Amino acid sequence: MSTVEAATPAPEVPRRTSSLNNRARKARKALSNPWASTLAVVIAILWTLPTVGLLITSFRPELDIRQSGWWTVFGSAFAGEGVFSLKNYETALFDGSTNLAVFFVNSFVVTLPAVFIPITLALLAAYGFAWVDFKGADFLFIAVFALQIVPIQITLVPLLSAYVDLGINGSFWTIWLSHSIFALPLAIFLLHNFMKEIPRSLIEAARMDGAGHVQVFFRVVLPLLTPALAAFAIFQFLWVWNDLLVALVMGDLKTFPLTVRVAELAGSRGGDWHVLSAGAFISMVVPLIVFLSLQRYFVRGLLAGSVKG
Amino acid sequence: MTIRMASKRRAVALAATGASLALVLAACADTNDGGGEDGGGEATQATIDCAAYEEFGDLEGTEVNVYTTIVEPEAETQTASYKPFEDCTGVTINYEGSREMEAQLPVRVQAGNPPDIAILPQPGLLQTLVNDYDAVLPAPKQVEANVDEGWSAEWKEYGTVDGTFYAAPLGSNVKSYVWYSPSMFADAGYEVPTTWDELMELTATIAEGNEGATRPWCAGIESGDATGWPGTDWIEDVVLRTAGPDVYDQWYTHEIPFNDPQIVDAFDTAGEILKNPDYVNGGLGGVDSIATATWTDAGYPILDGNCWMHRAANFYQTQWPEGTEVGPDGDVYAFYLPAQTADEKPTLVAGEFIGAFTDRPEVQAFQTYLSSADWANAKALATPAGGWVSANKGLDPDNLATDFDRLSAEILADPATVARFDASDLMPAAVGTDSFWNGMVEWFASDESSQQVTDTIEDSWPKN
Repeated sequence: MSTVEAATPAPEVPRRTSSLNNRARKARKALSNPWASTLAVVIAILWTLPTVGLLITSFRPELDIRQSGWWTVFGSAFAGEGVFSLKNYETALFDGSTNLAVFFVNSFVVTLPAVFIPITLALLAAYGFAWVDFKGADFLFIAVFALQIVPIQITLVPLLSAYVDLGINGSFWTIWLSHSIFALPLAIFLLHNFMKEIPRSLIEAARMDGAGHVQVFFRVVLPLLTPALAAFAIFQFLWVWNDLLVALVMGDLKTFPLTVRVAELAGSRGGDWHVLSAGAFISMVVPLIVFLSLQRYFVRGLLAGSVKG
Repeated sequence: MTIRMASKRRAVALAATGASLALVLAACADTNDGGGEDGGGEATQATIDCAAYEEFGDLEGTEVNVYTTIVEPEAETQTASYKPFEDCTGVTINYEGSREMEAQLPVRVQAGNPPDIAILPQPGLLQTLVNDYDAVLPAPKQVEANVDEGWSAEWKEYGTVDGTFYAAPLGSNVKSYVWYSPSMFADAGYEVPTTWDELMELTATIAEGNEGATRPWCAGIESGDATGWPGTDWIEDVVLRTAGPDVYDQWYTHEIPFNDPQIVDAFDTAGEILKNPDYVNGGLGGVDSIATATWTDAGYPILDGNCWMHRAANFYQTQWPEGTEVGPDGDVYAFYLPAQTADEKPTLVAGEFIGAFTDRPEVQAFQTYLSSADWANAKALATPAGGWVSANKGLDPDNLATDFDRLSAEILADPATVARFDASDLMPAAVGTDSFWNGMVEWFASDESSQQVTDTIEDSWPKN
């Protein structure tokens, strides 16, 4: 009995993959068009150029940065002049009384729970909205979705005073909670859409086998969700890692992450702005690693969540 | 309150004045060599009279949170200057510097989470905090006594809102300076001008020898989201010189409109230099390049010989590239921006103020320390590389690190000096940190006339 039921969704899978393959074939054909390739290369160069400029700038001595553009290094390099130095990185990393390592650790302490908490909550909520029938589900889902349009700026002061009243300000909790609050609407929406895509028959089959919600969630839904989870995790990781506003408003001296430190690098009157490019690259290293190592999930997962069919 | 100095090892406290003077001189010599590897660490530390803080009771183990705009590297010398107080009382000072402080402080105040003490970079912020949030506490009597003793009535007035004295001044900046290269002047046989007419004559003389990108003046007003402020300083300095301090007071209090003919005149007088393509913008481009040149780098053409003079505040001292020697015989130095006559000394100043949001004994004790001459001297000793000065009368000029800082202290202490606070800091925020800045950008970049610019700024003045 159970084998019969379980076999039902089997044809689904080849159909989906074959349609995916069709799409991929079409895309490959369209993209191998020489014009399209040229355009793609041009766009790629244009988009990468500022980052390359920043990278080169970060290795130039202070006076050079102030007096000429980064593109001039090529001429000087051919002329055999020493145009690069590690001084900016040295200043950004080791100058000042506070150690950058503390801020690095803080960044991780802030980011990891701020990714884990909203994903956990959003998974449960999304499952509820997708597969548990209850009264007012649609209304509630629209309400959650609508929360996305609330700009976080207007919530800062009320939220902070709530934390002060609760007596938890100055701890990491305020930052974790804030990031979770701001991330949940989008997380629930994305994961819900992905869960809805799982064929109903699959869930029903599991229910027929006697699986409760908990078992369906862990045995059926969760394994299928991996790309969507990874996509959202990367998304949230990058957002929290690069966040300055929430860290600055909700945090204090003990919780400040790397972004706050980088923002201070320019000095009281902005005179040390030449260090900023180095600071930017130091804080960029981790998100870059995360993104590059997980990027295949990123594309697959985002498409899976947002486009139906 | 006697002030003695001691080496970092407090055990070998040196009481004799002669010995301590030698120590200070040694500290100067160190930095003059250009060695200054790390600032705060090697600084001599002042010993202070702890008796002043006994009346606040036993403060051992308490903490005071300070919130300020002063970040690294100046933050190091700030925290070093708190050391004598911490040693005396056992209070721990938690120092938090942020460039976003001016935006963050009102947020924290509204949320009921203010710091104990905030170092306010301008009186305008103090007024906002008092009038809009009712958050700052009036200064305790010990602080007021210190300020009455050490500061002039004008400085006390800047920390006063509607007759209540809130905030003691902390440091002072002198903005009426023209940076130049002493050796270039000596080689060309030019004298430092002592009147405005001499300054204009010198400018014309230099302009005759313009070659390539070389011009008598260079200027730049780009400063991120505060772009325009160096331009407002220029105008304020000229208003003080062409219209006089009384008109200046009426101007920032809006007793006369912003587009009053005397102010338009001042714009035009500044424009004779800043908008004359023969006079600007040495090594940087044409008149419009003033709007886009970064203020921190705008004086650098002096080092290449492309520019002769650059008007900038005393804190420009720390903006010069590493290895630049600042001094009467060094690579660069500054002279006082001359007034109409050599006897007049109108001077544009600025400074920070100490606002308190709580009144625990340790906070009041620390507030008292910051307003005292003891602190001013401790700060001077904690700043071996220079770049800091105070108008506190109790500050011993010998404790200052550089000739240039002593020059600033001299100007601040000179009885002939008529000090006026930076007007854009005193005007309503809609003008002082918005339309006045933008007006300066338009004046240079779009070549708007002085009348147009002042009219636009006058229209933006809040009406109530």
